[in-house]
Amino acid sequence: MVKNMMINMVSAINNALDLILAENDKAIILGEDVGKDGGVFRATDGLYAKYGDRVLDTPLAESAILGSSIGMSLGGMFPIPEIQFAGFMLLGFSQLINHASRYRTRTRSAMPLKMIVRTPVSGGVRALEHHSDNPETFYSHIGGLIVVEPSNPYDAKGLLIKASHMNDPIIFLEPTKLYRLFKQEVPEESYEVPIGKANIIRAGNDLTIITYGTMVEAVKKAVDAKKVDAEIIDLRTINPFDENLIIESAKKTGRVIIVHEASLSFGVGAEISARIAEKAMFELNAPILRVASPSLPYPFPGYEDYYIPNEKKIIEAINKIMSV
Amino acid sequence: MINEVFSKSISYMQIMDENGNIDESLFSNDLNQNKLLIDMYKYMNLARNVDAKALSLQRQGRLATYAPLLGQEGEQIGSAMALGKDDYIVPNYRQHGALIVRGLQLKDFYTYWKGYEDGGSAFKSINSLAVAVPVGTQIQHAVGLAYAQKYLKTGNAVVAYIGDGGTSEGDFYEAINFGGVMKVPLVVIIENNQWAISVPRSRQSAAQTLAQKAIAAGIDCMQVDGNDAVSVYKATKDALAKVKKEGPMIIECLTYRMSMHTTSDDPTKYRSNEDVEKWKLKDPIKRIGVYLRKNGLWNDSKEATMMEEQQKMIDDAVAEAEEFKPDPKKMFDTVYSFIPEILQEEYDNAVSSNFWLEE
Repeated sequence: MVKNMMINMVSAINNALDLILAENDKAIILGEDVGKDGGVFRATDGLYAKYGDRVLDTPLAESAILGSSIGMSLGGMFPIPEIQFAGFMLLGFSQLINHASRYRTRTRSAMPLKMIVRTPVSGGVRALEHHSDNPETFYSHIGGLIVVEPSNPYDAKGLLIKASHMNDPIIFLEPTKLYRLFKQEVPEESYEVPIGKANIIRAGNDLTIITYGTMVEAVKKAVDAKKVDAEIIDLRTINPFDENLIIESAKKTGRVIIVHEASLSFGVGAEISARIAEKAMFELNAPILRVASPSLPYPFPGYEDYYIPNEKKIIEAINKIMSV
Repeated sequence: MINEVFSKSISYMQIMDENGNIDESLFSNDLNQNKLLIDMYKYMNLARNVDAKALSLQRQGRLATYAPLLGQEGEQIGSAMALGKDDYIVPNYRQHGALIVRGLQLKDFYTYWKGYEDGGSAFKSINSLAVAVPVGTQIQHAVGLAYAQKYLKTGNAVVAYIGDGGTSEGDFYEAINFGGVMKVPLVVIIENNQWAISVPRSRQSAAQTLAQKAIAAGIDCMQVDGNDAVSVYKATKDALAKVKKEGPMIIECLTYRMSMHTTSDDPTKYRSNEDVEKWKLKDPIKRIGVYLRKNGLWNDSKEATMMEEQQKMIDDAVAEAEEFKPDPKKMFDTVYSFIPEILQEEYDNAVSSNFWLEE
């Protein structure tokens, strides 16, 4: 019988990492403060005690953490670097874009990279500047990097374990706000949630709302408040995203809203609405709408509530699209 | 009270001077082998001939942009020959000589520089990482690769290459610092060829030597005459044994880029011919040739035979590379461990619309 635990997302991630290290002796975790301290969000808590130097504190150097992870992977290891905050991951951006994304193809598959880069993303926790960014588009645009962002403890564990069984460079984005927001029944044992497949959180007929990460909870609340028969799709994987599911849902409901915390312009919503326009235009009853943060850099925490899309903004979009 | 808390000096080594004279005190038994010196001479010539052919092909429009290695055969052949069979190298874009020593097939070399990734599939089999173009980034891969040797207890080490300009990059500093902390078995060869495209060594750093950058990372370093393959061989061989026990080391090889940075630039715009002529006298191949002839190990007939054999090898490889036919499907099916549906669709559209008409 499957035993469940009632745990939050950061515990689910910790549990997944524990199972991955136990299963694969070539796997190591490396990063700043991941060892004895257990990571600034405690995602690696207790793992150093159990696995010693396989949970490796590094010098404060994001590019070297990511660059040396590439080398470790090419040397036959399975590195799982943690970058303390997504804002600082840009110091190692070159390693991810110039090398991690293309090592497999530039060697025509002779040298694939197996690595998972974990980093906390998104706001809503009153964090300092550069601690709340939403970088999913950067990593998705280039091709070659798989970009995953869970919205709940069950998916976080299953997606991370699935990632550990793949032979690709995977950017695993963990919404800080969701780390401890709620608990969920999560199986104790190892299980996989598919990568590249979206999840229909709520089936519906009148409207499709496509979202992911921190916005999933806000969308659920808005839909409950409006009592609208909406189909809510949680992307889970940003790249490569589940186009078929989205197109089918758009054709079924004829109305689509895309909601994300990342800023509006050139965002995931732009890509998805373009796909729907290309493939389901004549089955739509209303123009596609996007709900996102304004097209500006993530503000200081004092201005955060003016920035992140809230339920009111989502409800307004629902009202607008249902009135067409 | 003021006390000295740290000091370190940096040594410079030359075993064979530009006239082929040997420093007997350094010419130990492991170097004094006819076969080693003859192989070195042959490889250096092969590298130079392969390079000359590449340049000529590029000028005829049969190769993409190319970075010639002319003048740097000494440090590349000397260092690469010092590696054990299972040791790794981490190249940048000018390591043609080192890669040839490691066993890179010339057809793969020419295919790669014709502009096809397909030539890059060969790196794996010769224990090399792929050619790294963004300057300095490869040293971080080298640190990780060396960490893997330690973690997996292979007993192997890694030799990585970087230019003088590369040592100004942040990635270089991060990498040597990281490698020092992790005590990984890594030798970093700085190929100080005096030029980063048009910018001279003096504009890269106010440091008197580039080797001394190691000191801040807490690792060992030395300078050698990079045009003396024998010195580079010995320095690398000794370093490989040392780094497996003590952690990384930097060897700065003083050499000179006799040709252009790549086929896209014209060095006469930014440097004097006088300087180039001065370095011609220090040619790495000439000196070892003089030594071999002086000691009855080489003559005109051997030279002619070698040149003929090498030209044939090169011509055969070029012919084979020119037969290569690119398959655009490879662009799509080598990006991920699977082909995502959205990518498959882009491929299918291109095929069904016949975008890729054969000429």
